Amino acid sequence: MAMREPTIFEYGAPGRGASDQWPTPGTDAVADIPPALRRERRPRLPEASELDVVRHFTRLSQRNFCIDTHFYPLGSCTMKYNPKACNQYAMLPEFLGRHPLAPAASSQGVLRCLHELQEILKTVTGMSAVSLVPMAGAQGEFAGVSMIRAYHRSRGDVARDEIVVPEAAHGTNPATATMCGFRVREIPVDADGDVDLAALRAAVGPRTAGIMLTNPSTLGVFERHIVEIEQIVHGAGGLLYYDGANLNAILGKVRPGDMGFDVIHMNLHKTFSTPHGGGGPGAGAVGVNERLAPFVPIPVVGEDGGSYRWLDEADRPQTIGRLSTFMGNVGVLLRAYIYVRMLGRDGMRAVGDHATLNANYLCVRLAALGFDPAYPSRRASHEFLITLKRQARQYEISAMDVAKRLLDLGFHAPTTYFPLIVPECLLIEPTETESKATLDAFAAAMARILEEMQNDRERLKSAPHATPVRRLDDVRAAKQLDLTWTGTPAGSPSASA
Amino acid sequence: MAFIPHTRADVEEMLAAIGVANLDALFEEIPATLRAGELTGVPAALNEMQIGRLMRERAAQDGTPCCFIGAGAYEHHIPAAVWAVTTRGEFYTAYTPYQAEASQGTLQLLYEFQTMIAALTGMEVSNASLYDGASATGEACLMAVRANRKSTSRRILVPATLHPRYREVARAVAGQQGLAFEPVAYDPARGTIALDALDAAAAAGDVTALVVQQPNFFGGFEAVDALTDWAHAHDALLVAVVNPTSLGVLRSPGEWGARGADIVVGEGQPLGVPLSSGGPYFGFMTTRKEFVRHMPGRIVGRTLDSAGQEGYTLTLQAREQHIRRAKATSNICTNQGLLVTAATIYLSLMGAEGLERTASAAHARTRQLRDALVRIPGVRAAFDGPFFHETVLRLDRPAAPVLEALAADGILGGYDLARDYPELAPAILVCATETKTDSDIERYAAALERILTQAPHSTANP
Repeated sequence: MAMREPTIFEYGAPGRGASDQWPTPGTDAVADIPPALRRERRPRLPEASELDVVRHFTRLSQRNFCIDTHFYPLGSCTMKYNPKACNQYAMLPEFLGRHPLAPAASSQGVLRCLHELQEILKTVTGMSAVSLVPMAGAQGEFAGVSMIRAYHRSRGDVARDEIVVPEAAHGTNPATATMCGFRVREIPVDADGDVDLAALRAAVGPRTAGIMLTNPSTLGVFERHIVEIEQIVHGAGGLLYYDGANLNAILGKVRPGDMGFDVIHMNLHKTFSTPHGGGGPGAGAVGVNERLAPFVPIPVVGEDGGSYRWLDEADRPQTIGRLSTFMGNVGVLLRAYIYVRMLGRDGMRAVGDHATLNANYLCVRLAALGFDPAYPSRRASHEFLITLKRQARQYEISAMDVAKRLLDLGFHAPTTYFPLIVPECLLIEPTETESKATLDAFAAAMARILEEMQNDRERLKSAPHATPVRRLDDVRAAKQLDLTWTGTPAGSPSASA
Repeated sequence: MAFIPHTRADVEEMLAAIGVANLDALFEEIPATLRAGELTGVPAALNEMQIGRLMRERAAQDGTPCCFIGAGAYEHHIPAAVWAVTTRGEFYTAYTPYQAEASQGTLQLLYEFQTMIAALTGMEVSNASLYDGASATGEACLMAVRANRKSTSRRILVPATLHPRYREVARAVAGQQGLAFEPVAYDPARGTIALDALDAAAAAGDVTALVVQQPNFFGGFEAVDALTDWAHAHDALLVAVVNPTSLGVLRSPGEWGARGADIVVGEGQPLGVPLSSGGPYFGFMTTRKEFVRHMPGRIVGRTLDSAGQEGYTLTLQAREQHIRRAKATSNICTNQGLLVTAATIYLSLMGAEGLERTASAAHARTRQLRDALVRIPGVRAAFDGPFFHETVLRLDRPAAPVLEALAADGILGGYDLARDYPELAPAILVCATETKTDSDIERYAAALERILTQAPHSTANP
């Protein structure tokens, strides 16, 4: 087992520091600031040398799994390879140094990239307008549902206060609907993983503002009744929201606009390969059809005769407003732009093809080993669900045990216990950037775990063994809160904040 | 094909294992009428050499002007080590640390970040970050409604000295949940919150929270002790919006007034994050321990593993969307992990002394800039009183053409206040940080003097 890495606060000593990084002190530089406003004591921050800092954070980095080192089949998260070119060329000094309020005249290069990205995303999704503003998928959802609300209100249709959400949906969907002031109506899915149409018909009516759907769904299957769903919801006067979390499955194959969706958010950090960065930054661009186009969040990039500028409330008076101080996560958008230009139109289609190929192949391999796909009669999309319900009963193991044991065997775990409606499930998304050899190695690891269920159960139950720490006590973490370092060892009573 | 490793033989073997004849057969469940045609609007692929050249050309087109704009995003020196370590694949290509045992690096880093940002703001607990300063302010208003049990009005006082974009974003993010954002006027002589306007607002009914930005949007200092005590005397929470660099020299919000601020948020960009056209940045949020369960966003806790050893994990997840769904504190999933990584390394390198020197140097440079510019006929300071690293200058003619003329000289001279504060126009908000030199400031002053000594009509738009 790896050694404990001390906190950065335990490095260094009073008076030490990376002083080459500090400006030269001025004499009485702040004398004109009233003393009552000034600090009397310095905050407790590290006092470490540059090498201490570099070594500490490099060591911390080595305590992470990541795409660059591990297969990361985290369902619904699309952990594909993040091309190095996207990072390098988005970090050119001119891009990094550009102030967000710099005038358009000295911003034509970056504005042109963003405008072209808007156009490409419109084509790929089949929508008529795109705003790149939202800073994450959840903020894209918020923008989308806000636009649905603004649309109904603009027509005086204020009784529509409900959003319909399938029970298998991402938790962000109902949370977003609440943030936008809507009541949530959850509807069931049927035994084959499609939305229960009878329940949908019963749920919609004059109070329906819209439905939030992921297609392919979080169950890893394509919603076959999408045409009927579109008719039912639009027929009731509601709009259709497309959660783009699973867009990778159908990239270049089917367009949400053609399925009848009115609004979509895209997780650029999934489908368009911008890095996940340990949990952000993301980018959640939204696309809309004609009827929602007046409401898109500002600013968006406009083009006139080869010259580009920001469009704001003067150009979009019905906008839902601003969601970020400036213009969303431009650095992330540049990475997505580079990626889509490198894929090109044929590459887009190849993404959907090979993501789906990998998922179906791995699903078949695992089924052959004796694992149970949750929807055996269905074709997998870019991801698939297996349920360990049978093994859990037979061997008294859990999906969590399998997830932790995979870490020992050199694989990041799939998504566990989501969607909530399938017991003991693993949601597995290989992505198109993984080779057949990697998928075969993962299947071999799963075969070994299946074998351990029968012959070495203790090793499985007590996994992981090879990670920097063993299984963590989450209950203790929530009950004895220790959220800041106070100089005491973990677990001592005084460590709790 | 780009980034797809499959050989033709692989594809054949995989299709055979699945039992289908071709790739198209994998999509048979999709109604045929919905299949997409050619994506003619998407250009053909570029290889890495080609995209590299294209991006270098686009970047060169924008150049590297000398920037005196602040207004919420600040140019600071960023040590080379910050991004050299942050862009390591182990940080850059990891995801949210759901599998704690495989994510101890990110988790420990976030715990260290929480410790640093709590210390800097003088508060007890911190989350692992939000999207940016403006959206964090909106989230703080929502949190104040949940946390303030003494107030039922959902009235949030947002003074005109709070960043105009923060006010707009708070309204967009929180306005659909019944929050009422009410403006508070500023004292035109000092450019700070008018205390009599606050009393008038309180007379109209109970107040859930007062939002105070320090330094405020004009760069000046609010009377934070009096404002904090005013809020608490009216059973309102005090939401502080602070610039983290300024906390190198300014008293922390935890020490404001008799009881300190209740919720502290701000834009983390000055801590090692490049300007990057406005993002990605990160928002931070700290609060009192008693309010921790009302806080949105990811929180990391230290705990023990099954062998009794120290380890880190996401905690208090019962607040969050993936558990609570429609009843969550927010729909937020991610934090801004990579930017927090940069900020944690930045703060480790700067320490308290480096941050203090950075704040002092930025302050001194802005004073130097103000002194150099107000000597020019037609330029004067808009407000009395001290400022941090930004200040408002009034001009004797419309600001837009002046700023355009400066930009043509390679100088971004400031932020035009005409749209947000028409009563101040013509006026600009200028900023200098530690990155500016004597010659940068002399160059700006000389260019401005040259532009302003020309006849006013000659700088107007043709």
